[in-house]
Amino acid sequence: MDANTFTRRAGLLLVIFTFLCFIHGSRGEIPPQPAGGVTIVPPAKPDGAPQAYPDADTSNLPVFTMDYPRIQIPFEITLWVLLASFAKIGFHVYHKITIWVPESCLLISIGLIVGAIMHSVKEEPPAALSSNVFFLYMLPPIVLDSGYFMPTRPFFENIGTVLWLAVVGTLWNSIGIGMSLFAICQIEAFEVQDVNLQENLLFASIISAVDPVAVLTVFEDVSVNEQLYIVVFGECLFNDAVTVVLYNMFSFVADMPVVEPEDVFLGVARFFVVGLGGMMFGILFGFAASFTTRFTSKVREIEPLFIFMYSYLAYLVAELFAISSIMAIVSCALTMKYYVEENVSQRSCTTIRHVVKMLGTISETLIFFFLGVVTITTEHEWNWGYILFTLLFAFVWRGLGILVLTQIINPFRTIPFNTKDQFGLAYGGLRGAISFALAFTLPDTIARKKLFVTATIVIILFTVFLQGITIRPLIEFINVRKTNRDLHSINVEVHCRLMEHTIAGIEDLCGQWSHFYWKDKFMKFNNRILRRILIRDSRAESSIVALYKKLELQNAMEILDTVSGDISAAPSVVSVYEDKKSPSQPKKKFMASDLRKMHDILSKNMYKIRQRTVAFTGKHSLPNDTQTREILIRRHASIRRSIRPGSFQSPPVPKSHKYFSLPAGQGLDSKFFPAKRQSTADDHETMSEVAYPSRHSRFTKPGRSSARAMVPLHRLDTLKEAPSVDVLNESRGESSSAGHIMPNPMML
Amino acid sequence: MGASQTRSDNRYQDLMDKTGFSLEQIKNLHKRFLHLSGNEETISRENLESISALSNNPLRKQIIDAFFDKRNQRDDKAGFFHEIGFEQFLMVMSHFRPPNLKTTAEEKEAMRKEKLRFLFNMHDTDNDGIITLTEYRKVVEELLSKSGAIGLEAAKAIADAAMLEVASTNVPHMAPEDFYEGITFEHFEQILKGLEMESRMHIRFLDVDTTTMRCGKATM
Repeated sequence: MDANTFTRRAGLLLVIFTFLCFIHGSRGEIPPQPAGGVTIVPPAKPDGAPQAYPDADTSNLPVFTMDYPRIQIPFEITLWVLLASFAKIGFHVYHKITIWVPESCLLISIGLIVGAIMHSVKEEPPAALSSNVFFLYMLPPIVLDSGYFMPTRPFFENIGTVLWLAVVGTLWNSIGIGMSLFAICQIEAFEVQDVNLQENLLFASIISAVDPVAVLTVFEDVSVNEQLYIVVFGECLFNDAVTVVLYNMFSFVADMPVVEPEDVFLGVARFFVVGLGGMMFGILFGFAASFTTRFTSKVREIEPLFIFMYSYLAYLVAELFAISSIMAIVSCALTMKYYVEENVSQRSCTTIRHVVKMLGTISETLIFFFLGVVTITTEHEWNWGYILFTLLFAFVWRGLGILVLTQIINPFRTIPFNTKDQFGLAYGGLRGAISFALAFTLPDTIARKKLFVTATIVIILFTVFLQGITIRPLIEFINVRKTNRDLHSINVEVHCRLMEHTIAGIEDLCGQWSHFYWKDKFMKFNNRILRRILIRDSRAESSIVALYKKLELQNAMEILDTVSGDISAAPSVVSVYEDKKSPSQPKKKFMASDLRKMHDILSKNMYKIRQRTVAFTGKHSLPNDTQTREILIRRHASIRRSIRPGSFQSPPVPKSHKYFSLPAGQGLDSKFFPAKRQSTADDHETMSEVAYPSRHSRFTKPGRSSARAMVPLHRLDTLKEAPSVDVLNESRGESSSAGHIMPNPMML
Repeated sequence: MGASQTRSDNRYQDLMDKTGFSLEQIKNLHKRFLHLSGNEETISRENLESISALSNNPLRKQIIDAFFDKRNQRDDKAGFFHEIGFEQFLMVMSHFRPPNLKTTAEEKEAMRKEKLRFLFNMHDTDNDGIITLTEYRKVVEELLSKSGAIGLEAAKAIADAAMLEVASTNVPHMAPEDFYEGITFEHFEQILKGLEMESRMHIRFLDVDTTTMRCGKATM
């Protein structure tokens, strides 16, 4: 019922906005005629107020005026963006649709509808697809989005394959399709004899750019193996760059009457210049951005700005020199991300990610939307033969290309692609935004431009709809190798690093190097030089420690968030309870006041940490610490006393994975002071203070607190250390060197 | 090597069957072995410790120990060698072979178990079949030792956390009186269940002789 009313409302909104759009859309981007603009009265708004025309004789103050031309351009842009975004909202009303039909299809469909409406009222769509607008405003956010969220480690491990498929694959496709189409053109029956080889090649380069956005979403949902995912992702990114280069090259060549062999050679040279130059620029700007963020600790509000400005600048400068701007922005994002995320504050980091995602999504949405609109409203030139053969050749050459290329590169890969992977790769070759834009920006000197545009649109629609919709069932049917996603545990991280070091060591031992060697060398260089320059607080941090900290932070936040749940684990502050599904009644024995006390303790705990680190940097003197410490201890004791009676009834351990201190408090009690249940305050203090070991264990000098926490694990340690209570108290006062690890630990 | 070619080929055939390497790979490794051992028949610890490239590796000691560990020879003995011959060298190396297109699922499973066993042996230095807290701590400390300003306590805390994690995943309902002795091999397998060992823990052994190639040292 709700869904229905909502759908109706959404539909109504859409219709209203469509009306508004096509009325205003009639203006397009043509500069409006000054006088006539004011006379438009939109049907939805009854306008009974006095007109804005200044009368010839009287000069009354106009009560109500309208000045549409002034706001026209921003207004229309905003409306279009809103309309596309409403469409996106609308899709998710029906959850099932988005599973089976990729979003790009839906957007194109809505675009088609709007286009049909506009066409029927004989309006023009906005000229938003001029070359400049697309390449300068719409493309950069998409590429930045892809580049920023690219998983770096698997990417660099597979970089050979990615580059191979992107560069050689695109070349293969372009030249193959171009040649075959040229052969077809020779056949008289199809009436396309005037298309020469250069133009065919140009067209082929346009349609060989794959844009598997839809496919990637499916891959993610189905959790296909990481190799396949990263290769498809990387290929998509890089072949955009290759395509643009090829396009520029071929369009230059298409103008020339005769092609000399030296031109081909120059073309190849230019390709390298373009590609590598783009990367250099990107890396340069990336370093500049990282260096800048080193000094932005006082101006946190504008930190995200630097990221965007620098990457956009990289893009524009690359465009200036006509080198591959896509490569520039991607390499800028890759370089920046690593260093910047260490320099900026947590909030800025979130903001950056959010905004990057948002801009990318908007751009993409708009592009697909316009694709639909423009499909209806442009003039098409249909030619059965050419178009059908284009479709055929696109498929054939892609399939062949993948087959051949993977056969060549499989011996060099450590995890070769099996046939299912290859099928996934080949079938995932959808065309999309880039092809569309390039087709529209074809120079008008080409006689058959309309034919090319039509053919491009047909291919895009065909691949997006047909392949996009069928890829999910197919992937699931052929059962492509999947991957296990959830690997965020300390053990896994530790062992990953272990393996890497072991392998690096053994490689050194047997004198055979592979990419681990280079990675190792790079990491050394990174740690020694780059990090010192580019990061404000440049202590080398192991990924294990980073993960540990992150998990601790998560746990702490979850503890603060949960109001109900397993309170019996409360003493072990940072355990995460997973089964919220069955908060069985007996667990909720604790009163709200206890909960409040828990929250208090936690916040004081964190305050305490901040204080402790501040103490290390010399702003406070130690006596302050002891005071808060004692309050804490006493509070701990009161809590423990109040919850202990209840804690034994509830099931012993919450089924949580991430245990960073004790399994539910009982163990510690029984271990330490089996005889003294009602022991003195002293013992309780120490014991309960130990109950929060992981918070302190980092900051106390001896590893005693953590050793105590490990009571169930290793008896020997704890028995030795059990007796002396004082030592523990004193020891906690010292801020060890480990105290500086997190200067802003809990800025929650 | 002309006259003794057939004889060494036969010997290599034997090794090929045992370890699964190809002839080319075995020849390459033999060359390296001779280089490391100074043209002797056996390698001792000093030979391995003198490799300069290895000196920066935080796990140097564990890696060298692994070569001399009898448990890595797949014949269920325990203890340590003082010196190893080429066959033992190869056996240890064979833990790092990658799967190829022809490996079946069972073979992959066996490989995975082997690799896990290798890692387990790296931890379990006293060979009692379980990884205790001290042993785990040691490894984590070594791992983090080269990372700069990470204190010993952080390493300890991390090791403890990891240990608890293992405990909680494998023994979910620990009674108050229970200890968690240490990680057994089954628990070890369990926690690393999601990790695709076959695809990560491998070395691409060369089929081509690199020592004669001056410019191209690294494979792809």
